[in-house]
Amino acid sequence: MATAITLRAGKLPITSRPATAATTESTAVRWILIGIAVCFLVLFLFLPLSIVFSEAFRSGIGTYWRNLLQPDALAAIRLTLLAAGIAVPLNVVFGVSAAWAIGKFEFIGKSLLVTLIDLPFSVSPVVSGLIYVLLFGLQGVLGPWLARHDLQIIFAVPGIVMATIFVTFPFVARELIPLLQAQGQEEEEAALALGASGWQTFFRVSLPNIKWGLLYGVILCNARAMGEFGAVSVVSGHIRGRTNTMPLHIEILYNEYQFAAAFAVASLLALLALATLLVKTVVEWRARRQVADSTRWNGGEQIA
Amino acid sequence: MSIEAKNITKRFGQFTALDEVSLEIPSGELVALLGPSGSGKTTLLRIVAGLEFADSGTVLFDGEDTTQRTARDRRVGFVFQHYALFRHMTVFENIAFGLKVRPRGQRPSKEQIRAKVDELLRLIQLKNLASRYPSQLSGGQRQRVALARALAVEPSVLLLDEPFGSLDAKVRLELRRWLRQLHDEVQITSVFVTHDQDEALEVADRVAVMNEGRIEQVGSPDEVYHHPLTPFVYNFLGNVNLFHGRIDEETPAIHDAATGELVYVRPHLLEIHRQPNGGSNFRATIKHINSAGPLVKIEALTEWGAPVHVEMSQEKFRDLQLSKDEAVFIIPKELKVFHKKVV
Repeated sequence: MATAITLRAGKLPITSRPATAATTESTAVRWILIGIAVCFLVLFLFLPLSIVFSEAFRSGIGTYWRNLLQPDALAAIRLTLLAAGIAVPLNVVFGVSAAWAIGKFEFIGKSLLVTLIDLPFSVSPVVSGLIYVLLFGLQGVLGPWLARHDLQIIFAVPGIVMATIFVTFPFVARELIPLLQAQGQEEEEAALALGASGWQTFFRVSLPNIKWGLLYGVILCNARAMGEFGAVSVVSGHIRGRTNTMPLHIEILYNEYQFAAAFAVASLLALLALATLLVKTVVEWRARRQVADSTRWNGGEQIA
Repeated sequence: MSIEAKNITKRFGQFTALDEVSLEIPSGELVALLGPSGSGKTTLLRIVAGLEFADSGTVLFDGEDTTQRTARDRRVGFVFQHYALFRHMTVFENIAFGLKVRPRGQRPSKEQIRAKVDELLRLIQLKNLASRYPSQLSGGQRQRVALARALAVEPSVLLLDEPFGSLDAKVRLELRRWLRQLHDEVQITSVFVTHDQDEALEVADRVAVMNEGRIEQVGSPDEVYHHPLTPFVYNFLGNVNLFHGRIDEETPAIHDAATGELVYVRPHLLEIHRQPNGGSNFRATIKHINSAGPLVKIEALTEWGAPVHVEMSQEKFRDLQLSKDEAVFIIPKELKVFHKKVV
């Protein structure tokens, strides 16, 4: 027996194993594809990012801080934080309630609502800014009424906040709708049958189930709120120190050839983007682990 | 607590899920709602629970109208087919949930909650798994946790929607015996929905057989099995051979007359003989024999070309020495005749 086995082992042709699995490309193709991807990333992502930071620090760290601490720059940072600080919580409330309604209930006009939520994605931000000008501007539909009551929306902080809210509208809702649809209502029904009130059910059962999706939506929403340029640019009026957000301030500085100052503020936005990416990765990783945890043990059993 | 559903009607769009259904459940009884899918059994259960509301009709608990009350106020324990455990909570937290969400005045103390949960964990024999998450439990364990969670709030009725529907056959058998035992211990009015007739007949005190939004028959397992009121009940509660026949004065005879009465015979009530007995026998040819299992299942073709199923004991099969393609006589020992149009 032993000899037979050795014989067969000796005869085993090495080529009997295919060089690549059915879905794997040849080595050359793989290297070319990876090469293209890397070149693309370097050219369009890493190079610009590194230039932002190198330009910002070109005249030394002292100048960098001085540029950031200019009153106008500080005002722009404050305004950006304010706009995001209002837009994000409002969109969380709106996003959760809209996703809740869409994910858990059947009602007339549901698909219309879904389309409307997506609208800010499909409309150019400049157009949405213009809509606000046409509505609330001095020559706009509501302009005269607002002027009589001494309310200024366009070229003022309220306009900027509203434009930001509009542009960041879909992020939270879009993230949660598929999640809530997939979860169904059984857990909520169980909670209600056990005597929980509506709010208790929401905070103790529904919210914990969507928390990672919600956090992910908030991160994306916040990133967009702070980085928004087009819509805000139209309604802002570019009043230095008063209605300039960070992206707008960067543009002004750049147009005035204050490159170091422009890149200093830009580096803050870039840092924000990097931090967002980091948090996003962590959140995705944790969410995935949670999903893996809940499916790992279901091996043979069906979960409908 | 007794439950009474009166003239419940429920429609989903064009589909009538329940059509004027009435059902009375005395206090302390364990009742099965048995029927095929789409027969309205789950809808009826959900209406009793207050998770769904009827278009018309009333639900009474102990004679008191609860039709307008929500699930929260009805104090029912509800067990879902797919468990519906809170996935982000441990087994302990799941069971304690109903006690923790009580208004401050009625909420038991931490120690009381712990004692109650411990007691329930003992009852479901999962004491060492209290800190596990639902995802780390097997299907049978999850269903027991779901049951403990429902019992924790000391409900006045326990409602179970296909409680063993998503478990494999063996666990299923174990759990339903356990449910019967539990019910004997706790003595709480319970209703469970199932499409498995064995489950209903084995576990329940009484069985309500449902079909197409109506209750066909309510009775003890014995009653519905041995004295079915309608062809549907007879058909649903076991395998059955359907013939057309004519009822003679004394002995009902089976013919191939398509115009005759509907005659139902269970496979184990048909006897195979080599010789005719002069009575209501008919000729058949054996087509297939399956002798795996406690009973031998034989498929034959009648003289008028209809398939017929016969079941006999292994012993009898050995005595007869039947083989495929053999011509035999089949004698019904007991037949059930449903007069056409009467039911």
